[in-house]
Amino acid sequence: MKSKTLKVDYLARVEGEGGLLVKISGKKVTDVKFNIFEPPRFFEAFLRGRLYSEAPDITARICGICPVAYQMSSVHAMEHAFGVTVDGQLRALRRLLYCGEWIESHALHVFMLHAPDFLGYADAIQMAKDHGPVVQMALKLKKVGNDIVTLVGGREIHPINVRVGGFYKLPTKKELETLVERLKWAVDASIQTVKFTAKLPFPEFERPYEYVALRHEQEYPFNEGRLVSNKGLNIGIHEYENHFMEEHVSHSNALHSILKERGAYFVGPLARYNLNFDKLTPAAQDAAKSAGIGKGTNNPFKSIIVRAVEMLYACEEALRIIKEYKIPEKAVVDIEPKLGTGYGCTEAPRGILYHRYRLDERGIILDAKIVPPTSQNQKTIEQDLREYIPSRMNLSQEKLTWQCEQAIRNYDPCISCATHFLKIEIAHE
Amino acid sequence: MSKKSTTAVKATTQKKTRKPKLAVWKFSSCDGCQLSLLDCEDELLAVAEHVDIANFPEASRAITKGPYDISLVEGSITTPHDAERIHQVRRQSKVLITIGACATAGGIQALRNFKDVKQFIAAVYANPKFIETLNKSTPIADHVFVDFELRGCPISKLQLVEVINAYLNGRKPNTPSYAVCVECKRRGITCGLVAHGPICLGPVTQAGCDALCPSYHRGCFGCFGPKETPNTSALSTYWKTLGVKDDDLVRLFRGFNAYAEAFRKESEAHEK
Repeated sequence: MKSKTLKVDYLARVEGEGGLLVKISGKKVTDVKFNIFEPPRFFEAFLRGRLYSEAPDITARICGICPVAYQMSSVHAMEHAFGVTVDGQLRALRRLLYCGEWIESHALHVFMLHAPDFLGYADAIQMAKDHGPVVQMALKLKKVGNDIVTLVGGREIHPINVRVGGFYKLPTKKELETLVERLKWAVDASIQTVKFTAKLPFPEFERPYEYVALRHEQEYPFNEGRLVSNKGLNIGIHEYENHFMEEHVSHSNALHSILKERGAYFVGPLARYNLNFDKLTPAAQDAAKSAGIGKGTNNPFKSIIVRAVEMLYACEEALRIIKEYKIPEKAVVDIEPKLGTGYGCTEAPRGILYHRYRLDERGIILDAKIVPPTSQNQKTIEQDLREYIPSRMNLSQEKLTWQCEQAIRNYDPCISCATHFLKIEIAHE
Repeated sequence: MSKKSTTAVKATTQKKTRKPKLAVWKFSSCDGCQLSLLDCEDELLAVAEHVDIANFPEASRAITKGPYDISLVEGSITTPHDAERIHQVRRQSKVLITIGACATAGGIQALRNFKDVKQFIAAVYANPKFIETLNKSTPIADHVFVDFELRGCPISKLQLVEVINAYLNGRKPNTPSYAVCVECKRRGITCGLVAHGPICLGPVTQAGCDALCPSYHRGCFGCFGPKETPNTSALSTYWKTLGVKDDDLVRLFRGFNAYAEAFRKESEAHEK
């Protein structure tokens, strides 16, 4: 029987180092390995013995693309452990910071990492030669996101202004208002982006996924909510480890996360969207409807449209927060460390990011567990490829390989995140 | 994707060009420093006009073969494979510039250097035998000759553009090696240490962030690593008079530049 092997030694346009190995025998896919060889970095191990207050800055270094997500999940976990709630304008400011990260991360992925696949370019710089205005708009959008993170967080990569209990320094209303004009432009640019993505050529491909995302009663989820799925999951964040577990496989330096009862699941923009469509702004809902994805879609390639819709939402949400902002009296609420365990889960641009810390009475970390979105999607990515390839066997090796890469990039995998290295508690043979 | 566009990609990648060739390499890191290049939103397309971005997997699937005029190296060496790979990178690079605290000092993952890494693996992995890792996370300069080390966790975008510009034009980069304090004074920020504000590593940390943390009412935590000739022990002695304990001193010096010599020695001096 004729057999062939598709191999991508070094997957491009993802954050971090990964490769892909697909073995095909005749018409059958016999093996798919999404191989993560980014070296392990042992974050959970060296967090032990560090102070609770250091966690936001240390865990931010797991990922340069979504440091805000790590800072948010860690501060929420610590505040949960100490029984403290950060609300009002401080909570709103955190949400604003997260809007900035979503905008910059989604703009980066939509235009610079994913769109080139759909249009047949090696990268955005090549794409700029034929689509100059689009790439210029992309860079400007990305900059608006980065400007929010810089203003609220201090700098765009590894912000310095986030702390357990709030912030070090609060922005004034006037400072935030300097963002308004750019954000208004960004709302329009995001609508253009939704239209741009809707016109891309999409492969016919759908699967009956289990989507997992946060759900909050009042808002599209960023920082808080319950963990829900379309197949009946509905749990508090502290129950995460009762329902999810991780497997350590030989071909990956990142653990595969699965639902104990049902196996692989899907996190990220598509999951959030399918579970929270009703919480989007009317403009975002309308844009999505005219882009043809209605209240939900099961085609992972259409994640690119959803990212554009979420970018629109984040711009509008940022404008709302700035409009309603009143500088709080205090930048930080009082924190008293105490013995206990804290849980945090927030929506990183790529999906849910779970943190758990056990602390002693001085607030020193005894142990930590961090589960990033990419390790949760790994198994789904491999399953997608197993189903995607068979009907496309007639393509040339080069085309099929590129399409597999594109299918992986649907998930915007962040391999640096996935291999920060997870502490695991389940042993396997 | 059409046949035509696939050919177009090939044609562009194979085109001969006289523009200097830039490569970006990644070792153990968070990707943040190379992202700084993509975060140069205003400069990126202009830079791409003057430089052939020949090898930058985070941004492009097109790769042009070496040798390269400038290689930017992110990340530290933590596996036997990477310890080999960095030599291949060096051989193909006219100028090799390390970017960020990982490549320059071993990064946050160098915290393993103070512990037994086997315990780390056993504590964290179900199947330790799958894991290949070195005992220490080491900077690039421990393995090959480095032409220039750009500091920061993350690096400063302005300094990155300055360094690339300098090497393209055959001049020395203008990146000061004095302390954060100089930037702080220049900005007219009240000194936290003197005003009994937060603990601050500014006096022993290299400038480059424009005194970011002090401007946010926060003490410096050493992103840019030790400045030239830092007097870390004098600073520790002063902090102790304010009641800072040895444990805290160890933690303070063991951040993103923990394995940089001056910070490493100071943290070890306070370890029981």
